[in-house]
Amino acid sequence: MRKTGIIAAATAMLMTVGAASFTQAEEPKSGGTLVLGTTQKARHLNPAVQSGIATAVPGTQIFATPLRFDENWEPQPYLAESWSISDDGKSITLKLRANAKFHDGEPITSEDVAFSLQTVKDNHPFKSMFAPVTGVDTPDPLTAVINFEKPHPAALLAMSSALLPIIPKHIYGDGQDAKSHPANNTPVGSGPFKFVEFKPGEYIILEKNPDYFIEGKPYLDKIIIKNYKDITSLALAMDKGEINMYPFLSSTKDIVRLKKNDGLVVTDKGYEAVGPMNWLAFNTNNQYLKEKGVRQAIAYAMDRDFIINALLGGQSKAATGPVVPGSPFYAADVEKYDVDLDKANAMLDEAGFPRGDGDMRFALTIDYIPGQAELQKNVAEYLKSQLKKVGIDVELRASPDFPTWAKRVGGHDFDMSMDIVFNWGDPVIGVHRTYLCDNIKKGVIWSNTQSYCNEEVDKLLNEAGLELDQAKRIALYNKAQEIIVDEAPLAFINVLPYHTAYSKEIGNPPVTIWGTMSPLDEVYIK
Amino acid sequence: MTMTLLVARRLLHAFLLILAVLVLNFLLIHMAPGDPADVIAGEMGGATEEMMADIRKTYGLDKPVYVQLGVYLTRALQGDLGQSFFYNAPVLDLVASRAGPTILLVATALLFAIFVGTLLGVIASHKPKGFVSGLVTVVSVIGYSAPIFWTGMMLVILFAWVYPIFPIANMYDITKSGGFFGRVIDILYHLILPSLTLGIVYLAQYARLTRASMLEILGSDYIRTARAKGVAEVKVYGHHALRNAVLPVVTIAGLQFGSIISGAVLVETVFSWPGLGTLAFESILARDYPTILGILFFSSLLVIVANLITDFVYRLVDPRIRTGG
Repeated sequence: MRKTGIIAAATAMLMTVGAASFTQAEEPKSGGTLVLGTTQKARHLNPAVQSGIATAVPGTQIFATPLRFDENWEPQPYLAESWSISDDGKSITLKLRANAKFHDGEPITSEDVAFSLQTVKDNHPFKSMFAPVTGVDTPDPLTAVINFEKPHPAALLAMSSALLPIIPKHIYGDGQDAKSHPANNTPVGSGPFKFVEFKPGEYIILEKNPDYFIEGKPYLDKIIIKNYKDITSLALAMDKGEINMYPFLSSTKDIVRLKKNDGLVVTDKGYEAVGPMNWLAFNTNNQYLKEKGVRQAIAYAMDRDFIINALLGGQSKAATGPVVPGSPFYAADVEKYDVDLDKANAMLDEAGFPRGDGDMRFALTIDYIPGQAELQKNVAEYLKSQLKKVGIDVELRASPDFPTWAKRVGGHDFDMSMDIVFNWGDPVIGVHRTYLCDNIKKGVIWSNTQSYCNEEVDKLLNEAGLELDQAKRIALYNKAQEIIVDEAPLAFINVLPYHTAYSKEIGNPPVTIWGTMSPLDEVYIK
Repeated sequence: MTMTLLVARRLLHAFLLILAVLVLNFLLIHMAPGDPADVIAGEMGGATEEMMADIRKTYGLDKPVYVQLGVYLTRALQGDLGQSFFYNAPVLDLVASRAGPTILLVATALLFAIFVGTLLGVIASHKPKGFVSGLVTVVSVIGYSAPIFWTGMMLVILFAWVYPIFPIANMYDITKSGGFFGRVIDILYHLILPSLTLGIVYLAQYARLTRASMLEILGSDYIRTARAKGVAEVKVYGHHALRNAVLPVVTIAGLQFGSIISGAVLVETVFSWPGLGTLAFESILARDYPTILGILFFSSLLVIVANLITDFVYRLVDPRIRTGG
């Protein structure tokens, strides 16, 4: 056995105890209701067949996963009390807790794990999570052995948060399509909270699971997730104390405003795994943008510091490559493209596009996702004025709503577009898709819509996806990122300023890498 | 015989109206760029090619539009409004759960507008050059010309910041538990601002309408006769004059039912009222075709029913119509 989870778990436990002794001044107490406000509307509540924040937040309360992650990217026992990876990396053995039950009283067995994994593999949009899984053996009710055709280092992370919810086989195994199963609206899981009521587009009510497999938890009696129609009314509700938690707060104006409220805490912790990035994408099939020099010149013309400090109120971190800072795979040592208009002009001259009519070299359009003006439209407008300085005539192309934008960019009908893409924890899940040659899929949003293709990058990414040794894996990703940043199929701008605002009466706020997309069984009301 | 013919003609009209509404809107919504697969992929933070093809296949979006239209209409005529593309629920359930709040809002606003509007009109007609009359005119002009969403937003600002005494969003507070009775009170409390906003435009119209027709009727012979034979002034106004003066209000209110529903869409959006309007708005953004069409189907039904009710009220108020004269 190469690495045993028990040891990792024990060390992590020691660490938590150490940290807890000075952060927790008071004992958590039971009772109270957490009212969480969001603008994200859940289609249903089963994360096995639906990714995204809206389903993940309630989904991780209702469904338990084999593992959970702490704030240091370390896996922790959850439904699985221990786990081990075989020497060849081709199988992972999970030992389940003996006392874990679904909310309807049925015990959780390895059969449920096997069934859940197959459901996720068949239906979840993140195909790369479990694509190498060949099958799950269930030698006894509490042991599940997951077999892979090749080593798959992303698997551990893919067994946490909302990515591998253990769903009851006795309910979902009735032959109905999991994507539209009626139980998705009235889910039965095994997590800290039980389903009570779901009014689509309005609210979700969850209550404490008294038979939760972790003794003494959760502390909260109830969680209410309230939908708000827009971020303005949501920020107002937080300010007025109508709700006591507002996760995925991203408007810098509201961040600044809520920080001024003495009754609230506003933190940017809890979004490391989501890794949300704001960038400018180039369609490399465009006659100008196919030139690397032109893309680099545009990157040099953009003043990232100005965007972050002036447009985004200094509330956001810089993004400099495919992986967000805060991830173990972040590459710090890459070209940063600090603003240099002279260099940009020189590069455009060199690329063979001299200034012509009206002092302009050529014209391009820029698209942006509607509804997120601060991160998208405002930056696009800034880029228009900035690129004019280097002789590129930019026209903004507005989209009335998301599907319109998605159709354009997904359909490769664009020159440049602002875009927001998430890392989703492991690069295999959320990073590879943007760069692999075989993921140039017309009509699919957030595939390789840039049509960027580099064989060496492909080779490095694929190799890194198989490497079990963390240090070697990091080195491979570093190399790949260096090439990608140099070739600039994207100009990286910033990490989304995701923050969680919560009332000071909340104890143990969710600060692990998955934030509110992890079980809130430690949260309590003071 | 004429009655049967009338009913038959009405039903035929209703059927054609609903058919036209469905066909036109079906085509319109399909002309908008992007489809539910894009929206669902967006919601999920990405998808694969196979998955998007699968979504399109599940919802029949891979077929030509006319085939989709045919399938939809055939099912709709059998009473099956289909499954929402966005939410994992039948359209009928979604519409049913949202219809109550909309009907509550529209009915409250309409009744408020009719009663208060008529009352103001009557008061104004009493002294046509008096202060109340002038006030009614001013309020009417403002109420009628201010866009409904603007009035709503001004009220939101007023009651969110200046006088935080009324709730400005949602239909009730789910965090409050006061039993059934407490919930009813809470709903009424939340209903005040949205119904006021929606009602005020119509209130203004009805007040002016009542004032004008009251003035006309008060000058007619039979009123003079009534006064001459010594009928009390209150009865002259309430019984003799108002009964006739209210007819145009009933007519207009019935005709306006369609526009008041579309006004409700705006009001619901401003006040996050969980009705059909909010659902319609979200469904358009999500390209949730069956839900949009389901809502339109239901609203057409509402308008048709409202017109029938108008006819009935008409007969109630004016005996001349009852006798078929």
